[in-house]
Amino acid sequence: MKLVIIDYGAGNIQSIQFAFQRLGVDAVLTHDKEEIMKADKVIFPGVGEASSAMQKLCESGLDKIIPDLKQPVLGICLGMQLMCNSSEEGDTKGLGIFDTEVVKFKSPQPLKGGLKVPQIGWNEIKNLKTDLFHGVSENDYIYLVHSYYAPICNETIAVANYGLDYSAALAKDNFYGVQFHPEKSSKVGARILDNFLRM
Amino acid sequence: MLAKRIIPCLDIKDGRTVKGVNFVNLRDAGDPVELGQFYAEQGADELVFLDISATEEKRRTLAELVYHVAEKVDIPFTVGGGISSVDDVGMLLKNGADKVSINSSAVKNPDLINELVAKFGSQCIVVAIDAKQIGGEWKVHLVGGKVPTDLDLFEWAKEVEKRGAGEILFTSMNHDGTKNGFANEALAKLSDLVNIPIIASGGAGNMKHFADTFIDGKADAALAASVFHFKEIAIKDLKKELKQRGIPVRI
Repeated sequence: MKLVIIDYGAGNIQSIQFAFQRLGVDAVLTHDKEEIMKADKVIFPGVGEASSAMQKLCESGLDKIIPDLKQPVLGICLGMQLMCNSSEEGDTKGLGIFDTEVVKFKSPQPLKGGLKVPQIGWNEIKNLKTDLFHGVSENDYIYLVHSYYAPICNETIAVANYGLDYSAALAKDNFYGVQFHPEKSSKVGARILDNFLRM
Repeated sequence: MLAKRIIPCLDIKDGRTVKGVNFVNLRDAGDPVELGQFYAEQGADELVFLDISATEEKRRTLAELVYHVAEKVDIPFTVGGGISSVDDVGMLLKNGADKVSINSSAVKNPDLINELVAKFGSQCIVVAIDAKQIGGEWKVHLVGGKVPTDLDLFEWAKEVEKRGAGEILFTSMNHDGTKNGFANEALAKLSDLVNIPIIASGGAGNMKHFADTFIDGKADAALAASVFHFKEIAIKDLKKELKQRGIPVRI
């Protein structure tokens, strides 16, 4: 099986590569379009600021090929957010795969209880759908670091709560996106990555 | 619900784990990668590696260590200690660190916070603040707590938030090494003052101290070293205890 991690200069790619290595799979880091299109599975990572990451995608032309990929694709964190229609962060358009907009956690209101932004740490996921969460229990903990979120929508396959319910994961056809970091979410995260490899 | 985090801190010197008591008197406490794995398996939510070595080799040794930790450890970790440039941070993040913490270098050059945030994002920039209460006032100290400044803890905390830091790691030098509990009054004040997560550090001696810092100190996370390194508190037991007290923790 050929697994590629899209390398477009936005992300802590090393950790994702190590997480798959712990599962016994060597992932290839690449920005080569041919190689990405030929892969069996594609990881679309991302950490940092949305509009500059989107700009990098556009400059490399990757924004054109990602939405047309036919194999299973997993967006992680900012990767998931960029797969949505748009993001409030830097007021940028996204790849338009998931039909929702990414917005900022408003602090301190309307978040209840003085919740802080960014949300950093371990939170529970619930209302789990699809095989991505096979063997994962309702209210298992995953690790998140983010200030922006995708609201609940038709494509929501996991819900987290931080002052309000929002999408911890999204799916549409062959595309999956997770707001959390499975590569840093201990055994639960490893299980989710392993499930993706079995798609 | 977002869980309160338990963070073992591993002090690193020349690639080995040591523990400073009141920032001096170092004792060897093992291999950082193995210790990190051990804590991850025991239920630690994050790790902090604080490099206190001062050799020429430091940057390369630390970068190598980060790579090996990232390879084996499946929870997030922060690296700190003498980090002073955009290049340093870039290399550590590239090697697999999730966050870096800066301390003295941020006080000397506050614009560094803005530069790092612009380049890498708030989420990975932790500003560590060591402070000591002198005559009722909390003053920021530098270089592992050795050099006092006129900077007020609370003013500095507000400024680092404004400049974009993602988290504050606050160590009370009055409490560090005492095992008498965290600086909860100052922590609660910090938490009310800024809207980014606060990591409490310095003073952990028993399980109740952790509960107190989450409730009275309003801390988002609690960091400790020797109580974990010398097996005085097992993380599994600590989390059970916290859960019984109604504090949200990941078990």
